[in-house]
Amino acid sequence: MRRRQVILSLAGVAGAAALMLGLGAWKARNRAVPNALLPLPLTKMDWRLTNHLGQEVTVAEWRGRPAMVFFGFTYCPDVCPTTLLDIADWLEALGSDADRLTVALITVDPERDTPDVLADYISNFDPRIIGLTGSMGETACAAADFRISFDKMPTVDGDYTMNHTAGVFLFYANGRFASIIDFHEDRRFAVPKLRRILA
Amino acid sequence: MKNLLPAMAFLLAAPMAQACETFTSGDISVQQAWSRASIGTGRPAVLYLEITNNGAMDDALLGLTTPAASMPMLHETTVTDGVAAMPHAASIPVPAGQTVALSPGGFHGMLMGLTAPLVEGEKVPITLTFEKAGALDVSVDILSMRAQEAACVDAK
Repeated sequence: MRRRQVILSLAGVAGAAALMLGLGAWKARNRAVPNALLPLPLTKMDWRLTNHLGQEVTVAEWRGRPAMVFFGFTYCPDVCPTTLLDIADWLEALGSDADRLTVALITVDPERDTPDVLADYISNFDPRIIGLTGSMGETACAAADFRISFDKMPTVDGDYTMNHTAGVFLFYANGRFASIIDFHEDRRFAVPKLRRILA
Repeated sequence: MKNLLPAMAFLLAAPMAQACETFTSGDISVQQAWSRASIGTGRPAVLYLEITNNGAMDDALLGLTTPAASMPMLHETTVTDGVAAMPHAASIPVPAGQTVALSPGGFHGMLMGLTAPLVEGEKVPITLTFEKAGALDVSVDILSMRAQEAACVDAK
């Protein structure tokens, strides 16, 4: 009886130690990655938005297709057109393979970027790019799922601009997060990254 | 002669890149000034160009005016921890003997309050103000919405 108790308590101590070690390793791993807040897998996301045609889109409808997603807004003069132009070039480089890809711009400025405004804007790039907008709440929900940040910045003339995460997020067909194409990254790495999620 | 014909055809097919127009005031010269065609007048347009300081004194671009926009400003795109911001740039340094580019993803002019849509193929006059070189009138080429760089070739 006594012996059994000793064994049990020893097991308890060992278990606690293992738990502590495990926790330590987990914490260390998180610390080793500077931007540990990566997007959730698409399968764990739960957003609902409206596309540029005015139709409701849920993330569940994206199941089974690789995806390329970025956040921006149409009143942005430099970063967003540059990103959209890059994306249009990558899609052209991928040719018909890119037809298997879901490509979406999610606006961080839903106040100005209504479905009509988005449709007008993205028609200048590649027809495979879809625009997504929503209420402030729906946008915040999508932003939280992708772990991105956005902020309204007033400008001197009483207008405003948006600060926002500028990277392009890539996901495998099974919804798993694959990689980010950073805004200032060498553009030659982008197409190989896209081929990887299409493979 | 037989070989010359395909060669000539190739030359004709190659895009005819124009030489860049250069605008000079004192030691400062500006070239490759371009913008993109706008959709209407609601959204701010962008301005990109290249500034060369041929002198021995540092200079700086302080601002710009244009009849094309009621509120033109200088901005810089910065990316911190993946988040892009576009702070107002009070001035853009142009050190002696160097060339500074206002280009996609970096320093750029922002033309807010367009007075008319920017139309591809047209030109827009802009006056740049430098700390030492003073005012410099520049003509800006309006390129397609899909342009990523100036359409001209440096005269240098």
